[in-house]
Amino acid sequence: MKNPQEIFEILSAQFPDANIQIDASLPVEPIISVNPLKINVISKFLAENNEMLFDSLMNLSGVDDANGTKTKDEDGNDVINGGTLSVYYHLHATKLNHKITLKVSAPRENPEVESVENIWKTANWHEREAFDMLGIKFLNHPDLRRILMPYDWEAGYPLRKDYKNPEFYQGMKVTY
Amino acid sequence: MGLLDKEFTDGNIVIAKADDILNWARLSSLWQLSFGLACCAIEMMATSASHYDFDRFGVMPRPTPRQADVIIISGTVTLKMATRIKRLYEQMPDPKYIISMGSCSNCGGPYWEHGYHVLKGVDRVIPVDVYVPGCPPRPEALLEGLLKLQEKIRNESLVKKTA
Repeated sequence: MKNPQEIFEILSAQFPDANIQIDASLPVEPIISVNPLKINVISKFLAENNEMLFDSLMNLSGVDDANGTKTKDEDGNDVINGGTLSVYYHLHATKLNHKITLKVSAPRENPEVESVENIWKTANWHEREAFDMLGIKFLNHPDLRRILMPYDWEAGYPLRKDYKNPEFYQGMKVTY
Repeated sequence: MGLLDKEFTDGNIVIAKADDILNWARLSSLWQLSFGLACCAIEMMATSASHYDFDRFGVMPRPTPRQADVIIISGTVTLKMATRIKRLYEQMPDPKYIISMGSCSNCGGPYWEHGYHVLKGVDRVIPVDVYVPGCPPRPEALLEGLLKLQEKIRNESLVKKTA
């Protein structure tokens, strides 16, 4: 059993070029942030290394950090430029009984994150949901389609903070 | 309605208007499309179960739109589901009736403002006969809605268009 600080130190030594940082100042458990294009190798290490054995991805969630520059368009709607979208991974090792939280942040304009579907199959639908709601592109995902919204939804990604709902969908009025 | 009070004395003949007979037959065996959407569907199933016994009004679930008379929209209608509901409704043979059950399918319910995925009332895609308020409505409320629908059918006419 290892605590997040120890896991952070092992990861830093193992992947010196993955920009690994730890934020332990939070009221929740410490969050280890890594490079979004290194998450696959790091996850593989976390899942297979004998000291880690993270066999369970408890949750994967996308977040709109909304930390870019906020402006208004001519209709008075919020528009966010720049900043990041993040993905959080909550891992659990059922044999060793330790947990960590990983975080990756990708630029809002081209949010590309490596898929971890080949390591934890449960990531398949979670990543599809993050893609559906926030438009985060998961590289090497085998089936990156919308999962909740209709396949022909063209109005964007509903959980982005600057999302604007369309007036009509397939001839049906959407607004109240 | 006067179906049975115009009985002849020998007991085998009943005189009634064709309208009354047909309406009586229709309203006494409304087969509902076996179909549920959200928490309202739980209440609808409770209404079908033995305690409230929908079947005593001739309502029983029929899992095909081709042989269903009434569709109870029991729950939140998402935009994705709305297209399917419309298709199910179009597959039902006439005469067909719609009960909108609960706030969500009446008007969007709690999703009226921020529900980017919710249709704000199923009457935007199909014509509703009876609205049952509640969130979710108790089985008694759904039974009341059914009785209202039966009342509506009872006053229908073969020659006059009602809807």
